[in-house]
Amino acid sequence: MKKLLVALVTLLPTLVFAAGPSVHLDKANIDLTDKASLQRGAQLFMNYCLGCHQMQYQRYNSTFEDIGVPLELGQENLQFTGDKAGDLITNNMPAEKAASWFGNPPPDLTMVSRVRGKDWIYTYLRSFYRDDSRPFGVNNVVFPNVGMPHVLQELQGLPERTHEERMIDGEMKDVYVGLKSDGTGALSAGEYDQAVLDLTNFLVYTGEPMKLERTRIGWFVFGFLLVFTLLAWFLKKEFWKDVK
Amino acid sequence: MFKRFVEWMDARIPMTKTWNIHLAQYPAPKNFNFWYVFGVLAMLVLVNQILTGVWLTMNYVPSSEGAFASVEYIMRDIEYGWLLRYMHSTGASAFFVVVYLHMFRGMMYGSYQKPRELLWIFGMLIFLVLMAEAFMGYLLPWGQMSYWGAQVIISLFGAIPFVGDDLTLWIRGDYVISGATLNRFFALHVIALPLVLVILVFLHIIALHEVGSNNPDGIEVKKKKGTVDDAEKPKFKFHERFTKKYDIVDAIPFYPYYIVKDLVAIGIFLFAFCYVIFFNPEMGGFFLEPPNFEPANPLKTPEHIAPVWYFTPFYAILRAVPDKLFGVILMFAAIVMLALLPWLDRCKVRSVRFRSALHKVNLTVFAISFIVLGYLGTQPATPTATRIAQIFTLLYFGFFILLWFYSKREKTKPLPERLTS
Repeated sequence: MKKLLVALVTLLPTLVFAAGPSVHLDKANIDLTDKASLQRGAQLFMNYCLGCHQMQYQRYNSTFEDIGVPLELGQENLQFTGDKAGDLITNNMPAEKAASWFGNPPPDLTMVSRVRGKDWIYTYLRSFYRDDSRPFGVNNVVFPNVGMPHVLQELQGLPERTHEERMIDGEMKDVYVGLKSDGTGALSAGEYDQAVLDLTNFLVYTGEPMKLERTRIGWFVFGFLLVFTLLAWFLKKEFWKDVK
Repeated sequence: MFKRFVEWMDARIPMTKTWNIHLAQYPAPKNFNFWYVFGVLAMLVLVNQILTGVWLTMNYVPSSEGAFASVEYIMRDIEYGWLLRYMHSTGASAFFVVVYLHMFRGMMYGSYQKPRELLWIFGMLIFLVLMAEAFMGYLLPWGQMSYWGAQVIISLFGAIPFVGDDLTLWIRGDYVISGATLNRFFALHVIALPLVLVILVFLHIIALHEVGSNNPDGIEVKKKKGTVDDAEKPKFKFHERFTKKYDIVDAIPFYPYYIVKDLVAIGIFLFAFCYVIFFNPEMGGFFLEPPNFEPANPLKTPEHIAPVWYFTPFYAILRAVPDKLFGVILMFAAIVMLALLPWLDRCKVRSVRFRSALHKVNLTVFAISFIVLGYLGTQPATPTATRIAQIFTLLYFGFFILLWFYSKREKTKPLPERLTS
């Protein structure tokens, strides 16, 4: 029976899988404890995303508190919709009209980081490129034929797909090597990556606002369990002295 | 004071007697190993599900308009609502982990064999109700996977000839899954099924304490009255209900010995349980699936619909069969076969310790098939995956069929007189 157990245990890890995405995603090294990054991310979200995308499950006041923005300052500079501090982060775009404008109504972004993953968001926002055949003149490598325009174009500029001649199997071939901005954006490539990282950080935060709190509590729970299990173990040893 | 209270109670209800029969003077074999903790753990998880469930119900809104938002309201705006929710969602998966291990324990040590057939049947009924409970609970968050998972599973009933379509209509209460479905699933999930579950658990324990616990050696600790010397008998006091007809050997009272031992097991289990709750509540998409963080949308089918991991072995069997009706039949047969084990296994020796090498191999292959099918059920059905699923479906059913044939005249090792180790 021991052999059976060992066999099962060694088999398990090979069965645990990670369903890989079909497009290469860049890793988003976010840091939820970096409040400055979260604040910059919130600023980007409120200014560039909220016009179309809501966060209808997340409230202004709890957001400000969590990312370290004093309520008054937040209401003045980051709250453009609703007037109560406890309002949900929503906009006034009518869903039906939005559907006819974009093909689909823009999805709620509260939990987009839990649906798509942080790496997807980070890569997606850096993957728009010029495509004159699309209604908004742009397409996306990660999300082909996406229905939204490149909202951050004034920051990044308009990237083009770049190709290179490369020797493959003894033949010169035209290979897609990535995107290159036309340089009309307000930010440099590095600055833009950082801005998107901040926005991704903020979206990961809204996906699960209690994440830092839950891991913090988790360590205390582990501490308690350690004491509990040790005491139970000694109790068991003491009682089982009678059993032969 | 306390003594007088107990006397007062005992004169009116069998309090002390029940305590003694079921705990303090219940003879449990002294050689329970690691595999014997999962019954207690299942009980712990059941209590966890009921308690967290009650508190979740206080703020959950069972309507197609309000369900999804109310879950997020619990997660964000209720104090420690996220903790209740994660305890409940993790508990659902933990329930199946411990129940599957508990069932496999029964299979290894022949705990279903005579006279424990009814005990096993009650266990199988608990398993069935648990699956229904989990399935209906999974619709309640009203996410994409809730919706489409339910869509797939309910449509299975449509494969039944003649009554299929009417049956699915009756289950849904609508032509599609809608608020009507959600409301009835809510009622069944929070009242009807938990009630049935608790009653079945009660019957499971009563049946267990009537026949006595099996053990890793699969031999009885009850010997014929008068065959055991007093020196051989344990020094513990067992209730006369057990000692009237038999001499008991190698047993210890459940309380306090197994209670304190189970406390250690509970501590270790809680480490794993709390790791998921506090550090990995989605468990890599196995316990909470990513598409379920998006509200249900009847117009948008997710790319890949997979049931939660605990249904996937059966889902893989369903998909392995090209014909839908036959697939549904085979899927239910996979569970019925388990329920029939007491009659399929005709061997007189219970524990795998003393059974033939063939049986050991057969049981191992069964366990591997179950795990492989479970994995395949989470994956898209490519032709290769379907082919592998077919092979392992054959092996899964092969376990039961082979068992029926070889168990009658199985070459077993001699049984010990008394418990080993």
